[in-house]
Amino acid sequence: MTTVSMTVNGQSVTADVDPRTLLVQFLREHLRLTGTHVGCDTSQCGACVVHLNDQAVKSCTVLAMQADGGSVITIEGLAQGSELHPMQAAFREHHGLQCGFCTPGMIMSAIDIVNRKGAALDEKTIRAELDGNLCRCTGYHNIVKAIAAGARAMSQVPAARQAAE
Amino acid sequence: MTATGIGAPVRRKEDQRFVTGQGRYVDDFNRPGQAYAYFLRSPHAHAAIRSIDTGAARAMPGVLAVFTGEDLAADKIGGLICGWMIHSKDGSPMKAGPHPALAQGKVRYVGDHVAVVIAETLAQAKDAAEAIIVDYDVLPAVVDTAQAQKAPVQVHDVAPDNTVFSWHLGDKGAAEAAFARARHVTSIDLVNNRLVPNAIEPRAAIGEYDPGTDGYTLYTTSQNPHVARLVLSAFIGIAPEHRLRVIAPDVGGGFGSKIFIYAEETVCVWAAKKVRRPVKWTADRTEAFLADAHGRDHVTHAEMATDENGRILGLRVRTTANLGAYLSTFASSVPTYLYAPLLSGQYDIPAIYCEVDGVYTNTAPVDAYRGAGRPEATFVLERLVEKTARELGQDPAEFRRRNYIRTFPHQTPVIMTYDTGDYEASLDKALELADYKGFPERRRESARRGKLRGIGFSSYIEACGIAPSQAVGSLGAGVGLWESAEVRVNPTGSVEVLTGSHSHGQGHETTFAQLVSDRLGIPIEQVSIVHGDTDKVQFGMGTYGSRSGAVGMSAIAKALDKVIAKGKKVAAHVLEASENDIEFKDGKFAVAGTDRALGFGEVALQAYVAHKFSGQDLEPGLKEGAFYDPTNFTFPAGVHICEVEIDPDTGVTTIERWTAVDDFGVIINPMIVEGQVHGGIAQGVGQALLEGAVYDRDGQLVTASYNDYCMPRAIDLPSFQVGMTVTPCPSNPLGIKGCGEAGAIAAPPAVINAITDALGHEDISMPATSQAVWRAAQKARMPMAAE
Ligand code: FES
Ligand code: FES
Repeated sequence: MTTVSMTVNGQSVTADVDPRTLLVQFLREHLRLTGTHVGCDTSQCGACVVHLNDQAVKSCTVLAMQADGGSVITIEGLAQGSELHPMQAAFREHHGLQCGFCTPGMIMSAIDIVNRKGAALDEKTIRAELDGNLCRCTGYHNIVKAIAAGARAMSQVPAARQAAE
Repeated sequence: MTATGIGAPVRRKEDQRFVTGQGRYVDDFNRPGQAYAYFLRSPHAHAAIRSIDTGAARAMPGVLAVFTGEDLAADKIGGLICGWMIHSKDGSPMKAGPHPALAQGKVRYVGDHVAVVIAETLAQAKDAAEAIIVDYDVLPAVVDTAQAQKAPVQVHDVAPDNTVFSWHLGDKGAAEAAFARARHVTSIDLVNNRLVPNAIEPRAAIGEYDPGTDGYTLYTTSQNPHVARLVLSAFIGIAPEHRLRVIAPDVGGGFGSKIFIYAEETVCVWAAKKVRRPVKWTADRTEAFLADAHGRDHVTHAEMATDENGRILGLRVRTTANLGAYLSTFASSVPTYLYAPLLSGQYDIPAIYCEVDGVYTNTAPVDAYRGAGRPEATFVLERLVEKTARELGQDPAEFRRRNYIRTFPHQTPVIMTYDTGDYEASLDKALELADYKGFPERRRESARRGKLRGIGFSSYIEACGIAPSQAVGSLGAGVGLWESAEVRVNPTGSVEVLTGSHSHGQGHETTFAQLVSDRLGIPIEQVSIVHGDTDKVQFGMGTYGSRSGAVGMSAIAKALDKVIAKGKKVAAHVLEASENDIEFKDGKFAVAGTDRALGFGEVALQAYVAHKFSGQDLEPGLKEGAFYDPTNFTFPAGVHICEVEIDPDTGVTTIERWTAVDDFGVIINPMIVEGQVHGGIAQGVGQALLEGAVYDRDGQLVTASYNDYCMPRAIDLPSFQVGMTVTPCPSNPLGIKGCGEAGAIAAPPAVINAITDALGHEDISMPATSQAVWRAAQKARMPMAAE
């Protein structure tokens, strides 16, 4: 057993874990934050994407220990009360999801794309940047639309709120 | 049309929880005291099991139990079943070998279930599984579909040449006569590649046993929880039906792979009683590749006869269908009754004869995958049509048009009676949206850049809304395919709808609520849809074959009619009017020709307060149920046009344009319907260009992860242009046809027809990877050099 401490969605957590515990297991099984999903065992599907120290990571490829001392944002940490994050709202508005299983990872990746590439995203960039995320339901058509719209909406969110994220 | 009624693109109710991470999928549930199951799987495709030594594993830390097939047999737990009986040409029943949930004496594919370890943690269960010593006598394996019947290997004792059935459909003599008088005969050899469904949520199960009530609960990733319960209780003998509750909560995609009753969920419920702890199992992706039922895997030779006017005279098809090592739940129906009856497509073909041999091999079981049989039929027919048009030197669109069915109802020579359709309307609209006229110029432009451009058509039809019960029963189905619904109106006027269909991404919570809101004239927020729990919904058949709209919603509509009829009685009593004078409109029960009226909510309250009912002639309450059994299948159809550009130097195929025009009958929510089309096209394009399950000669699955099995990603696909035409379905009260499989059925031939058009020859099979396309392009350039 080893002790890990980190901030998850703004709250500090500490736990004793088996050293082989993955970050995704830590989130799902220890913290019961089950919004982060597991779709594969080869780091290919992106269902498990979270932000670790402001960068998108596949939490199935990171040991909980490696996140020690870090700050993690999961899908549960995006909405402010009942107000959805603009990217969440865009997925909903543009029907960017069907079964919803890939969705948390998609949204976390989408926000990361906007953070890295800015708000003006063309279709080709979005498709290329989604390389690490699989969706079996939507054919991506509406996900691409949602991300373009979400990116625009994010640029309109007051700076103060973005800083809080 | 109201803002939330039928035809409105209402935003989905379920999305609030999905986009915030509050969905509840099976693996998100944790039961108090839960233990974990890990299945030891066969590393060999075919082997006799001499012995299994579980002693060391049992002694490992955290291990609660290790079970093998012997333990199941000792408890008289039956094997997994195939629910559709097929008879061979000679009248003999199909040859079904035993399918124990844990192997007994033999393993028959890599991934077959040998033993299960139950431990305190998953890691401990995995560690212990490594300590199980299995003494295998490795046998030669048969893997190849085309070779299965000739192989010196026998997968099951009951099937000497690995033939499960030799089935046929159609009139052989009529087909022969058609070919005898043909002016032209086109023939083609095709492989429909084997696919792995790959819902992004892996399968999972939690079995639970409560000794206090002698009750069992199974949480499972299922598309049809009631059928799972029926099979587990009636055939496998896990628990009596009334003591077994099956819960299929949010399910992360299915595409057919979650219809079936599998070994893992069976073992989890049984083991929960054995160890007196809830038992949880979640597949990892490699397990999903190895042991989820695969799809397709046909080898086909087909011929089309045409006359001097370019009219199709007849079709002859010979298919060998790989069913894998065991018969999965619906395996036998897919390459037979879900396949051959669709071979007429949208065309008026006077004579069709089809022969299908179902074969065993040492591979994972093959069962229904998105479209189930219909994509296979469409691929055969649309490739043949394309090739025939080319050989006759005719425009592929016009050749199709000439042969379309024009009058309805239309009886095909292979069972189906198409109720309605307008195939030319879809074709015309698709040609326009795709700018077919502009294609030659676009092709020239590509050529200027050294690229090859091609255009491919697919005029598909499918039989959806699987039913009627009487018909499927006569074809060998073990269950009827009706659907049930119950509408419970609460005293405050809110409504719960209990449905026997199941949503795993299709948005039922929204579309079903739209119907209720529309019919009852109440806000959509006042409606909730309940599904996926056998303790709440009495019975149902689940979701597959696009049956939720056509069959499931029709059952709801029927129950709503009864609610309204009862509401009229209540209103008549309260308003002291004659029942015949009550009209229900816009959410109000009114006495005709007066301003005396009660809102829906007031009637609901009065139904439960029941103070104003006279005597015994009216029961309190407002709750009605209905079972709906349709009178025919539904026949969605459409035209998809795919335009590709190929780089002959690399073989890379880029889809430049995709046009889909579909006729799904009446549409409840166009946003959701379009989404279904998009997803289907992506899966069809995946099959055509990227995906393929590959076993090596020894039966090892070499594509057992996302590293080796190429799933379509966003960059592999274009945005789609989707259009609709509407001919309402006359066979159900809502006019719905269904849309779930359309894209997956239409896409593969559209892509391959486009590639063959670009390359100028036919020799390309699926998946048309860049390597395959490059080879074909080189061959087309320099026929000698590439040999
Ligand atoms: S679960 Fe992490 S990438 Fe698939
Ligand atoms: S919505 Fe189902 S996998 Fe993406």
